[in-house]
Amino acid sequence: MKIHLENVVKTFESFQAVKGVSLDIESGELVALLGPSGSGKTTILRMVAGLEYADGGAIHFGDQDATDIPVRDRGVGFVFQHYALFPHMTVADNIAFGMKVSKVKRDRAAIDRRVADLLRLVRLEGLGDRFPAQISGGQRQRVALARALSVDPKVLLLDEPFGALDANVRRDLRRWLREIHSELGITTLFVTHDQEEALDLADRVVILKDGQIVQQGTPQEVCRDPKSAFVMKFLGDANVIAAEVKDGRAHVGGLSVEAAGVADGRGELYARPSDIDWSEEGPGITAEITRVLDRADGRRVLATTDAGEALEFDVEPERVVKAGDAGFVTLRRAKVFAAG
Amino acid sequence: MSIFSTRRKPPRVGDALLFRRSLIGIVFVLVAFVIIAPLVIIGVEAFSKGWQLYRDTVIHPDTLHAVMLTVLAALIAVPVNTVFGIAAAWAITKFDFWGKRFLLVVIEIPFSVSPIVAGVAYLFVYGLQGLFGPWLDAHDIKILFAVPGIIIASMFVTAPFVARELIPLMQAQGRDLEEASTSLGASGWRTFFSVTLPNVKWALLYGVILCNARVMGEFGAVSVVSGNIRGQTNTLPLHIELLYHDYNATGAFAAASILALIAVFTIIAKVALERQGAGRVRKQTNPAEKTS
Repeated sequence: MKIHLENVVKTFESFQAVKGVSLDIESGELVALLGPSGSGKTTILRMVAGLEYADGGAIHFGDQDATDIPVRDRGVGFVFQHYALFPHMTVADNIAFGMKVSKVKRDRAAIDRRVADLLRLVRLEGLGDRFPAQISGGQRQRVALARALSVDPKVLLLDEPFGALDANVRRDLRRWLREIHSELGITTLFVTHDQEEALDLADRVVILKDGQIVQQGTPQEVCRDPKSAFVMKFLGDANVIAAEVKDGRAHVGGLSVEAAGVADGRGELYARPSDIDWSEEGPGITAEITRVLDRADGRRVLATTDAGEALEFDVEPERVVKAGDAGFVTLRRAKVFAAG
Repeated sequence: MSIFSTRRKPPRVGDALLFRRSLIGIVFVLVAFVIIAPLVIIGVEAFSKGWQLYRDTVIHPDTLHAVMLTVLAALIAVPVNTVFGIAAAWAITKFDFWGKRFLLVVIEIPFSVSPIVAGVAYLFVYGLQGLFGPWLDAHDIKILFAVPGIIIASMFVTAPFVARELIPLMQAQGRDLEEASTSLGASGWRTFFSVTLPNVKWALLYGVILCNARVMGEFGAVSVVSGNIRGQTNTLPLHIELLYHDYNATGAFAAASILALIAVFTIIAKVALERQGAGRVRKQTNPAEKTS
């Protein structure tokens, strides 16, 4: 089911949470709404679900205008951050609930069969008789997904689905959700503030800030070509170095970086920790190491430039560096934006 | 194990032993004098002139009528206030509307105002010189000094009980469960009966029991509006006072013992419910947010 949002607006009392968002989600696509808290991502998801009504604009499901269809009749599956499982019902009853209240009447045996199928799909065979309080957080979220899928939704919506889980469980569930999506091919929209989750899981990432879309594209597009300093910073660790822009190039400490389209004047260089090299000899930006953090996959170096900018970058595990070393920083690649 | 060691150590947390014991002692003494002693006296005095007189008082038509009237008031006031409490809690916790905070405060008023004030206020609303008095009199509807007045006064005094039990719990539970239910296609009624009600049922029962206990024991407001007509508008608490004023102490105690007995059953029911997880103890936990 194709979803089309046309200039959607939502205001809570005096706070404008969503300021005119237009978005197309293709049938069968898996799309992430990514943004910091207060960016309006959950509000957009809830408007697509029908849990909130849009104050302005329109939401289309396929050819149908769904803007004013209540959640009950909208045919969406919604997965809540805190699962929202019915605590007084068993896992199986939770999954069966949607089928029992449905206008489409199913007999008991058909419901039981479907519950068993869904339990198999979310790999929770044998846990149907447990109560939500008796299973782990990751299992609860899988029950919540099975329950959302039980009513054959046209669209699957997930609100920070892994937000309440610890890191390992989250990574497993991410892969698993991707597999389920491939298997069912259902149009899926999920909200997250975790850029790694969005990039790992989604076909397309929509980045939001202050109720507006700032950039959207495949993970590759947004990572390789961030269009703004906000996106650059939000997608991962970024070092910021002040530079002078002149005639389409940025200059700092004897280095020169391509800066097409940036106006002359003060600019900022953005570089990922992996984009920075360290050497004892120039040319480069002079800096002094303040601290070295040893990690499983390498050494993270914290340094300060002469201008007082804090830098973070990685060196090979064998590299001998220590706090107090002076040297030069060079850039493998960097993005230049006008100073904000 | 430090509590078995012979060396005296200051407690790791809290107060010294002497302080702790004297505090506990004071509480026990106060409980004995303030609560236990009067209860025992009720039992002793009720039977002081023998079983025969006790039985005579209890089965006296005026006493029986008072009991029936008290039960009638409870049978009407408790269900009405239960429905009111559920509706109020539902409205306040699940919807946003103008005047919500005001409504929360108003619901609490019967708790803070003296029942006798409520009784007097009803006199001015429904009394002959009151707001609706002449109209009611013209249509021959008797509210004051009649059963309707007793029931209305009881309802006023006990209005907050159910709502107060439900509101904090339903607030803690949030709207997620209802939203989940609706998104799965359930109607509002279905959501209420299948999802909301089962999750608040213990708190609801707890509120109903407290409400019932209060209706049956209410004296102040009812005494103003009932007119104390023996065998007609006398509830059990009023009847006890009447017997006492008749210098029939044994009778008063006998009637009081019925009320005390009801109270004891109420407490047993309340404790049993608390074991099931109702009451204030678990209010803060949100089943939807109990992770891992």
